Order: sequence, then structure tokens, then C-alpha cells
Amino acid sequence: MWSFSKISNILDSWLSETFSPTWTMVIEMVIAGICVITLFALLGLVLVLMERRVAAWIQIRLGPNRVGPGGMLQSLADTVKLLVKEGMTPDGADKFLFNLAPIIAMMVAMLLMAPIAFASNFQLWDLNIGVLYVTAISSLMVISILMAGWASNNKYSLMGAMRSGAQIVSYELSAGLSIMAIVVLSSSLNLNDIIQSQADGWWIFKGHIPVFIAFLIFIIAVTAETNRAPFDLAEAESELTAGFHTEYSGMKFALFFLAEYINVFIVCAIGATLFLGGWMPFHIGHWEAFNHVMDFIPSSIWFFGKTFFLIFLIMWFRWTFPRLRIDQLLDLEWKYLLPISMFNLLLVTLMAILGWHF
Amino acid sequence: MVEEISSTPAGDIIINVGPQHPATHGVLHLVITINGETIQKVEPHLGFIHRSIEKMCESLSYRQFIYVTSRMDYLSSHINNHACALCVEKGMQVEIPSRAQVIRILMDELTRIASHELWWGAMAMDLGAFTPFFHAFREREAINDIMEETCGARLTMNYMVPGGVMQDIHPNFQRRVKDFIALYKSKINEYSEMVTGNIIFQNRMKGVGFLSAADAISFGCTGPTARGSGVSCDIRKLYPYEIYEQLEFDEILETGGDSFSRYMVRVREMNQSVRIIEQLIDNIPEGDFQAKTKAVLKLPKGEFYQRVETARGELGVYIVSEGGATPYRIKFRSPGFSNLSALDHMARGSKLGDLVAMMGTLDLVIPDIDR
Repeated sequence: MWSFSKISNILDSWLSETFSPTWTMVIEMVIAGICVITLFALLGLVLVLMERRVAAWIQIRLGPNRVGPGGMLQSLADTVKLLVKEGMTPDGADKFLFNLAPIIAMMVAMLLMAPIAFASNFQLWDLNIGVLYVTAISSLMVISILMAGWASNNKYSLMGAMRSGAQIVSYELSAGLSIMAIVVLSSSLNLNDIIQSQADGWWIFKGHIPVFIAFLIFIIAVTAETNRAPFDLAEAESELTAGFHTEYSGMKFALFFLAEYINVFIVCAIGATLFLGGWMPFHIGHWEAFNHVMDFIPSSIWFFGKTFFLIFLIMWFRWTFPRLRIDQLLDLEWKYLLPISMFNLLLVTLMAILGWHF
Repeated sequence: MVEEISSTPAGDIIINVGPQHPATHGVLHLVITINGETIQKVEPHLGFIHRSIEKMCESLSYRQFIYVTSRMDYLSSHINNHACALCVEKGMQVEIPSRAQVIRILMDELTRIASHELWWGAMAMDLGAFTPFFHAFREREAINDIMEETCGARLTMNYMVPGGVMQDIHPNFQRRVKDFIALYKSKINEYSEMVTGNIIFQNRMKGVGFLSAADAISFGCTGPTARGSGVSCDIRKLYPYEIYEQLEFDEILETGGDSFSRYMVRVREMNQSVRIIEQLIDNIPEGDFQAKTKAVLKLPKGEFYQRVETARGELGVYIVSEGGATPYRIKFRSPGFSNLSALDHMARGSKLGDLVAMMGTLDLVIPDIDR
């Protein structure tokens, strides 16, 4: 029920009947690429609007409500504005790197889309090392930020980039270690297998307190990795004006902006997949009727619901907390999160060996 | 300046913070020398919005020059006007009706709350939290509405005139002030929940930007900045004007000397202002709101000085009169200027992010520093 596999199978068989295998692959890749780009643009629009709505709600104001019904077209109008704006390259900037940086940021975000299972049987690339792939590719994000900061030839940009470099590299460790907890429990690196291992209950419920700790550390670490407040030191509006993208304008700025939101979506999607069961519906033990009703809800709604819940959490952080200082930020990672997540991983491993989880 | 740049040690870089920068709440220009993230030196460059207010005042009559002073510390314009009016009254030897005195104090304290509300929001914004700003503005808006009704303005009030106040209070005034106090008391807990009690906020503020009592005195710091270091300097207590000596309120002192102490002084001061308003709002005496004065005011030959406590500290007005219809020379002793001078001392050796927090706790209003 509610499976996309029927459509894709029909399409695949029709293509392989009509074209040679090579052309089939090429056409399928193009279709997948178009799907990713469409999803990308759609998510960007939705997330920007959502951020502004959530912010307005927390800040006792209305938020965008003029463009389109209830302000729904606000982000579309913003996109048009950014598209027609002049994309300036400052004098003294390293033009090649300056223009390359936003493209790399965008590419990284796009590549991360590949292994995510948006619904049951709806995945672009069923990769057997999916988790490893995600952690590896997301590390590339720091390169685009460093590149942007360096190439701008601006002291604020450089400081923002350097802060960001220290921050992303540090927080990757505890993000990786908390992901490892789930890999140990489900004994697979494949995102699909991890989801299947949660058919009888999500890891956050099955895994006792250690998995809950891993989940908390994961949320903190990915908030820092995506440069969101309270860890937005790379942008630090009140200190560094706009941090690494101070000199960017027009569409180049928009690419950074979009990449940030897509990264937030992706880390939340990974979090939902690993800890909250991905597209698996919510089941309670032997409540057959309840479970049946839950099964009736489409798997894509389960996935996006969980993901957007996590995104809402991260937005909530942003509009509530003040920013940390750079030394406090690194203290938090190296003195608290990293030792805790290392010890926690040991606990989870012990739990997996002894089979203490449900 | 050229010499300084060439003499910068290797590894240090010089950054211009401002004149246009989101951290400076205006057009303050700081030239900072940093090594990595550590601040070596902070050098304020003033003059970007110098409007020569003191010189302008010399060509205006004693009634007119008060209006210009609303544009100095625009967040406590009532108190600026009050200081000038008091100084002129001192020279003229006028008795002010008690109704006018009470109205003036009420306006002063409402202004103080409004100013501290804005500071509180901006302070949190300096630390990267945007939401408190909107919550602070909700209450500040209520005060602005009260002001608008009675004074006809929301920012530059021009309500205090030599001899009293410009016009009587609006019939709604008392009811709306009471409404505001009820609103304020219902919301003040939000402030501590959202900002003061936040662990990140406390870590950012405690032990940062230390200013000892001796340093606070030697830099001439006044107001909450000095009181955060334990220096008793509330002009309302030490040199009371109007009827402040008959009122019950406490001078808030914190002994920490760090950013958090200065923060706490301002937050607690708002409660004291509410206390003063509560004492007066039901006891506004009947009578004239203005003393009878001549159409053209002339001060006798001599020098007159009056100080008041603004939201930022001690504001002094010094008038030299040659007996004419305009002052011969006017000098303002603005609180922000002296408080800013302590910034370099406080900021050396701390991180760049803390510089912004320290500037927040000094509560700088740039037109007040740079008249």
C-alpha cells in the first residue's frame, strides 16, 4: 500500500524495453536529477517560509502575510528578488574560488540527498554504506565555507570561516559517534536496513537511555555542524556582520542560504531515519487496531512528519538561545560531548552484545 | 593612525567595527586590534554623527534649546529635557508647582523603564538571541503609547519646559499607567526565564568585562555601569532633585563588576522605577502644571550646573550666562562618553564575541556620546 515502487517499476520496464541499457540508465539518472533539483527548490521555499513563521510565532508577531494567500508566496518573491539581483565579486577577491564556493556548498547538499529514503521503496540510491557516505560527504561542507571566507578577501569573512572550520571539524566527531551507536545496534551501514531494523519499534524507544543520550548529542552536534544558532558563530550577525558570506550577494548568496536549509533538512532526515524509524509508522506492542490505523498513514507522511518535527526543534533552538563564545563552543565539544559520546558508544556496544535492547 | 598600523606586531590584525555595523547600535566606530580572536586594543573613533549640539544651543533661547537636547540621548529624552529645565529654573529662581514635579518624575521613571526595556532586548540581540527584543518591545510600546497621548510624541518628547511641563496630563494617563504596571508585572518573569536564567547567557556574561570600583571611578563611569562595580552614584539619592528625597526606592548596587552585574543592576532598576511610579500615580496633586514665567527668559549673569540621573548615568548641564536671552556657553556632561572610555580597559584580553556583550552592558547611545 502507498508504495512508489509500482510507478518506478512500470517506468523502468518501459524504458528498458524501448531503449538500450546504457540509455535507460542515463534517462533514469536525468529523471532522478530533476527530481532532486525540484525537491531541493521546493524544500528551500517551504523551509524558509517555515523558519519565518516559526520565528514570528515565537516572537509574538505575524510573519510574512502579504504576498499570496497567508504569505505563502513570500519565499517565491524572495527568490525572484535574489535572482535578478547583481551578483557582485569584490575587488581583490580570488574570483575563481569566490564563485566556486557557493556551487560546492550546493553540490554537497545535493549529493547528500541521494541515500535518503523518503518513503518505503522511494530512495534514489540504495547504498550499502549509506551512513558512511553521509558522514563523509557532509564533511565537505566545511571546504566551501573556508573557500568562501578565504576568497572574499575580507577580515570578517575570514574569521567566520576559521571559526566555522574549527567548529564543523570538532562537532563531526560526536555526530559520527552518536550515529555509530545506531550502526552498532542495527549492525548495518545501509540506511534501508537501519529502517527495517526499526519495524518493531524505533531505536529511540528500543535503545533505552544510551540511545536517547546519543540522540541528544546528535541533535546538538548537527545543529553545530549546520551552523545554526546557538552555534552560528560562522555567521555571528552581531559580531561579524554576516561571517563567511558577508561579501556574497544575489544568487551566490542564495545558494549558500539554500544549502544551509537543505543541510538542516538532510541532518534532520538522517536523525529521523536513525533514531525515529524513518518512514516506519508508529506502533505500540500488540494494539493491533491502533497499529493498523497507523499503517494506513502513507510512509512519506511519516518520514516528512518526523523530519519536520526535528527541523522545528532546531528552529526553536535558534529563536530561543543566545550564541556561545568560540572557546565555550569548543569546550562543549571536546570536554563534554566527545567523552560522553565515546563512553555512550561503549555502553551501546555492551548493550548490543548482551542483547539488552528490546 | 598610519604609524600605529605599521607598528602592529606580527599576527595582529586591525578591524574597523563600524561606523556601520550591527553590533554598535548606531554609528560608533571602533578600531580594534585582534590576535586571532583575542582583543589587544579597542580604540573608539568619535565624530561620525557630531551635530554640534552644544554650539547650536548657544544661538537658541532658553526655551528653545531644550528641544535640541531630546536628540542627544534619544532613549531618555524626557530626562535630558528635565536636566536642562532644572538648570534654567535654578538660574531663574522659579518655584515649580508640585503637580509639575510629580508629573516630571513619573515621566522620568517611565522613560527609564522604556530605555532599560530597549537595552534589555538589544543586549540579548548582541548575544545572538533575537526573540527577547520583540518581547521587550511589547512593554516598551505600552509606555510609548502613554507618552504619545500626553506629550504628543513617542521619541523626542519636548515635554518639560522651564517652570513645569508643557501641558497637563491626558485624562487617561493614570489609568493607562496602571494598566502598564499590571502588564509589566505579569511579564517580568518571562525576562528571567528567557534570558537571565539561561545557562548560555550566564556563561557569556559572568566574569567577563571586569571593571573594578577604582577603575569605574577613575574612568568617570556613572549610572548602572558604575553601580555594577559597587560604586554608589545614584544622583537621585546623592543629590536629590524635585521630590526624589521624599520617595521610597533603593539604589541598586551589585559588586561583581562584570557584565552580569551591570546586567542585573539594570534589570533590578526597572522594578525600582515601577515602585516609584506606584507611589506617585495615585497621588498627583491638583494645581498648576506650569509656573508663571516671562515670555522671554533671561538668566542672571553667572554659571549654573545641574545634574540628573538618566537611564545611562549622570547627565550634567552647565550653563554660562552673560545675562542675555541666549546662553553664552553650554556644556553637557554625558554619561555615555565616560562609560565608553572604560571599554578598552574592560575588553583587553577577552574574545571578540565578548566585546559585543560588553558594549551591550555599557548601554551606549551614540548620539549621547557624540553630540
